[in-house]
Amino acid sequence: MSALSLRGVGKVFNPGSDQEVQAVHGVDLSVERGEFISVIGPSGCGKSTLLRLIGDLTPPSSGTVSVNGKTPARARLDRDYGMVFQSATLLEWRRVAANVELPLEIMGMDAAERSRQAAAMLGLVQLDRFANHYPWQLSGGMQQRVAIARALAFKPSILLMDEPFGALDEMTRERMQSELLRIRAETGTTVVFVTHSIPEAVFLSTRVVIMSPRPGTITEVVDIDLPEPRSDDTREDQRFFELLTDVREGLRAVEDS
Amino acid sequence: MSPNARRLLSFLGILAVLIAMWEGYKWMGTATGGVWPGTGIGLPVRTNERSMPHTWDVVIALLRPARRGGEMLLLVLVRAALFTWRSALLGFVLGSAVGFGLGVLFVRSALAERGLMPHVVASQTVPILAIAPILVVWAGRLNVTRWLVVAVVSAYLAFFPVAINTLRGLRSPDATASELMRSYAATPNQVLWKLQVPAALPYLFPALKIAATASIIGAIVGELPASMPDGLGRAILNFAAAFSAAPEKLFASILVASMVGIGFVGVVVLAERILIPPSRRLEDLGEAAGQRGGRLKEVVA
Ligand SMILES: Nc1ncnc2c1ncn2[C@@H]1O[C@H](COP(=O)(O)OP(=O)(O)OP(=O)(O)O)[C@@H](O)[C@H]1O
Ligand SMILES: [Mg+2]
Repeated sequence: MSALSLRGVGKVFNPGSDQEVQAVHGVDLSVERGEFISVIGPSGCGKSTLLRLIGDLTPPSSGTVSVNGKTPARARLDRDYGMVFQSATLLEWRRVAANVELPLEIMGMDAAERSRQAAAMLGLVQLDRFANHYPWQLSGGMQQRVAIARALAFKPSILLMDEPFGALDEMTRERMQSELLRIRAETGTTVVFVTHSIPEAVFLSTRVVIMSPRPGTITEVVDIDLPEPRSDDTREDQRFFELLTDVREGLRAVEDS
Repeated sequence: MSPNARRLLSFLGILAVLIAMWEGYKWMGTATGGVWPGTGIGLPVRTNERSMPHTWDVVIALLRPARRGGEMLLLVLVRAALFTWRSALLGFVLGSAVGFGLGVLFVRSALAERGLMPHVVASQTVPILAIAPILVVWAGRLNVTRWLVVAVVSAYLAFFPVAINTLRGLRSPDATASELMRSYAATPNQVLWKLQVPAALPYLFPALKIAATASIIGAIVGELPASMPDGLGRAILNFAAAFSAAPEKLFASILVASMVGIGFVGVVVLAERILIPPSRRLEDLGEAAGQRGGRLKEVVA
């Protein structure tokens, strides 16, 4: 059973009105457990919409989505999803640790276990020392790490990330990428990752999905056969550059059409 | 200088300017015989003792007996103010609770908001002077203690800003925060208490400051048709009737009434300081009033 399976998935916003938008059309995709899938494509091609369809934040207009063999709604109620967006969206009145504990609180975990789990997650993103800080006392990159710790705190089987490093500078971004790979190696989480950055997509992924706009659909899937584990040396690998070119050409084909 | 000392100093400074303007106007009117200097145009307010007593006469009046051989005016007014404040406090608590409840109801149900909001807005355009006697008469038949009735009149004014700002605050978290809660499969009550209510607190306190002052106005006005002899309402009415004979007494009661209001708002500010960290405060009353006005426009439009 695959972690994720989409068949003929489409989404039309405001159907029947003059603002009708075919955001996603005829998407077929199957993702195995433990895979890291990046979705890349021009702005407005439906990447976020695709992620939201998987995460049951919006219902599909056509086709079926199945997550661990369940409907997205069932998967959401089973807390199969961890989500990270471009903005960290931390609750400003909660300290860092309490932010990480939020989903655990909602799931009814007892206080002792909660704080143990939050501490472990903050360790994972190397923010143990900031457990008692408020979000506004952290840098943007640190806030995003808290958001990742929060998303992983309840051990979801799928992590959905929508341009999570989009607002970060290049150096921080590369550090976060390495960290994300390390975390994934430790947790075995399946990841669907939306990005605008070609190097980011190639560095992180097992496969890169290229989407085209109007209507948003998958035009190409590039297998990333870089050696594991990946490190900063990977970024200088000959194969890395070849794959960058492959993805870039895939994107150019989309933009020219 | 500490921020508190600076605040006190600017308050005293402005008070001094206001007193100087009052006395300066009075001095000018007396000097020119009631016209703008160098013109024949009359001043809008007469400057004699019967229209504008000296500021110090107002203070002196506070320390003199209210009636010949009676108690000090200050004492009489403070006792009346405390009596009124009891109704106002209850009205404030009642009104804030109702306002908060309405805010929650509105954020939960668009239907309730659409159906009830026009009535809520309309309720505030009905003059409180018309509502108060009706409530008093109705409650009279039910044998409710009169100061409780006054509290209800006061709540009638207090609930509105709280309802409006609570709703605004409950709606303040952005869409991604709500989506996160959805991804955790949080129940509506969990969303309310863990996301919406904490997010609404900074919006709630400015509304509570407005409610505190409105509840005092409501209590003073409510006392009149309830013919309560002991509160500020009656005192103000009496001194207004005797204004031309002893204007300083009416001004003295205004002074005491506004002190009660300031004290009440002070308590709310204190609660805000304890409950809300500085980074989350919507600091001043002006901003709160602006918000109220802004939202009112939105609602009415
Ligand atoms: N809630 C919505 N209502 C109506 N139209 C929407 C909605 N959400 C997205 N769309 C439309 O669907 C299309 C795809 O939007 P989407 O946000 O998925 O793009 P994206 O690929 O994530 O773009 P970006 O890279 O800029 O984030 C756009 O044309 C957008 O206008
Ligand atoms: Mg997007």
